[in-house]
Amino acid sequence: MPYAAQGAAAGSRPRHPRRTSWWPDERSLSVVDIHDAASLLPPEDPVHLLDPDGTFHEHGDYPLDLKDQDFLDLHRYMVVTRKVDREAINLQRQGQLGVYASCLGQEAAQVGGAYALGENDWVFPSYREMGAAVVRHVDTAALLHLYRGTWLSDHDPYEHNFALMAIPIGTQALHAAGFAMGARFDDNPIVVMGYFGDGATSEGDPHEAMNFAAVFQAPCVFFVQNNQYAISVPLERQTAAPTLAHKAVGYGMPGLRCDGNDVLATYAVTKRAVERARQGDGPAMIEALTYRMEAHTTSDDPTRYRTEDELEYARTFDPIVRMEAFLKQRDLWSEEFKAEVDELAQSEAQRMRDGIYDAPHGDPLELFDHVYVDPPRDYAAQRAFLRAELDAAGGDA
Amino acid sequence: MAVTMAQALNKALHDAMEDDDRILVFGEDVGKLGGVFRITDALQNKYGEERVFDTPLAESAIIGTAIGLAMYGYRPVPEIQFDGFSYPAFEQIVSHLAKLRNRSRGTLKLPVTVRIPFGGGIGAVEHHSESPETYWVHTAGLKVVAPGNPGDAYSMMREAIASDDPVIFLEPKRRYWMKEEVELPVERAPMDRAVIAHEGTDVTVVAYGPMVKTALEAAEAAADEDWSLEVVDMRSLSPMDTVTIVESVKKTGRCIVVHEAGRTLGVGAEVAARVQEQAFYHLEAPIFRATGFDTPYPPAKLEEYWLPNADRILDFVEKSFEY
Repeated sequence: MPYAAQGAAAGSRPRHPRRTSWWPDERSLSVVDIHDAASLLPPEDPVHLLDPDGTFHEHGDYPLDLKDQDFLDLHRYMVVTRKVDREAINLQRQGQLGVYASCLGQEAAQVGGAYALGENDWVFPSYREMGAAVVRHVDTAALLHLYRGTWLSDHDPYEHNFALMAIPIGTQALHAAGFAMGARFDDNPIVVMGYFGDGATSEGDPHEAMNFAAVFQAPCVFFVQNNQYAISVPLERQTAAPTLAHKAVGYGMPGLRCDGNDVLATYAVTKRAVERARQGDGPAMIEALTYRMEAHTTSDDPTRYRTEDELEYARTFDPIVRMEAFLKQRDLWSEEFKAEVDELAQSEAQRMRDGIYDAPHGDPLELFDHVYVDPPRDYAAQRAFLRAELDAAGGDA
Repeated sequence: MAVTMAQALNKALHDAMEDDDRILVFGEDVGKLGGVFRITDALQNKYGEERVFDTPLAESAIIGTAIGLAMYGYRPVPEIQFDGFSYPAFEQIVSHLAKLRNRSRGTLKLPVTVRIPFGGGIGAVEHHSESPETYWVHTAGLKVVAPGNPGDAYSMMREAIASDDPVIFLEPKRRYWMKEEVELPVERAPMDRAVIAHEGTDVTVVAYGPMVKTALEAAEAAADEDWSLEVVDMRSLSPMDTVTIVESVKKTGRCIVVHEAGRTLGVGAEVAARVQEQAFYHLEAPIFRATGFDTPYPPAKLEEYWLPNADRILDFVEKSFEY
């Protein structure tokens, strides 16, 4: 249904009954019933389905619609993610990448979240979403051009509905909201997922994105990976809110929380937000509680701001170990499966390595090729200038 | 028929939306109100709330969601209500709108026309009279245009909306009420070409947007002194049509660049650099810049001392004759 039919103006939105206000003619100036607003609040505890030892707990509000094959796939994606992430760090150490932002420890948050999306849905990632890319079958080598410095980006966003990685913090949330608004205007039943981190919740753009998405009832899910640190700044220096998910209420959308190291809980919570959005019930924000096990980027020194004890503790929540234990409890684990997954991870990592190792810098003249659809006339002169410099240097430098 | 620039812009938006149902107009107050300058008047009545809509008050979001909408397949025409409020959207414009095509190696196109009423001279309060064009001109990936008369306003708006590249469309707000005898729709002309607005032989005066009219006034007054000024209306600031400017200077041997924006690193600096590179031996005098000062835009009661007028232009013309 087009948003206008729902009543685009905030005051006429039908989903929330109006309360009687102080306004003399009793015409309410408030959008959301103050009691109804409480239903948007996140639960006190994040949704959690898997214990660290793999024991599964049903959750009444979040029934799991997954089959055994899904459990195996979720595990497979997480292992592949960890492997390609490790390989990317190796590539950086070998001087193949200028820098890399690891997602080690965040595999469940990324994989569980992305797994809840349909094929036609869209992802607007930050620069740390290698796990989401793996689930979307995006060529991970293509993503690494950003870090290698060959191209600013090198994948076709329309191929797997995976937008370009964004480095400015949280800015991509607005692109996600806008894309979702487009889907809404067009009656297209897709959902758009905008990823950002705990640090981004302090930036302006995610706020504007959530506000726009809520006002226009856009099918957008804002997925916050709370990995506890924005480079060196811990959560308590990032926000004074009870939780990040509480912020959602201020925009009139539900704030959901999940154990982001629990791939099943992350999936279940995201799935609900995605279905809700797809039905036309508007956006939601998910806070997935996780922990960044690696440095912010390969250029960072995390020993300056966190302790080995803290890391040791975080390791006890490892999402892959937990899923493995779950699969064992369900009798889904076998040595053959493990070998198959390891081999797949190895081959994916190798494929990525082959795709980026010694990747050429390309034609310097391509500098001018993709700036404008309709390039300015004086580009010819600047291009010719570079051409002459290259010729003088004896060919393509 | 005499039409104002505001009417021409409004007509251009109407006609463009009629021709292409992927065009969306949005921003603050563009719907029911029809924009604070009424440039979007009656668009919502005609095309509905899905294609013409008011947004929450957030400039970064207006541009950021335009980017998402363009990626989806729409052709957004977002409005930033006033020049001084384009700064909250700076990052979205510079880091994303301008760069996404390049970042995607040509996979993405961003057919977004950002409308910004700009410039002073209307007695407005602080932040409502700024000339931020240098920021946009300095940013690769954007096209930046400013019409100087109603006919061009129509033509260039249609061209901007039809462009598959992002365009910063600067509307000279003090000229919204300027009238011209013109039959709309005018035949569209490429927006990246400068035109000779007034032919002359002694001095080339290069201007754009609100200063075109001022330059033409100067040319008229100069005739009384038997000075023949040629006025070049740049129309497009990025890309810059250097050819037309240089040809004119080669003819006249003298050049004055006029703009409201402060002088340092203004568009005039670029024009002067290009002219001296390409027409050095034709120059009879240094290139002068009749501009706003390198101070913050002044309070309304003082803006007449700040803004270039015909006299300031003529003083520079006279100075150029001293060489």
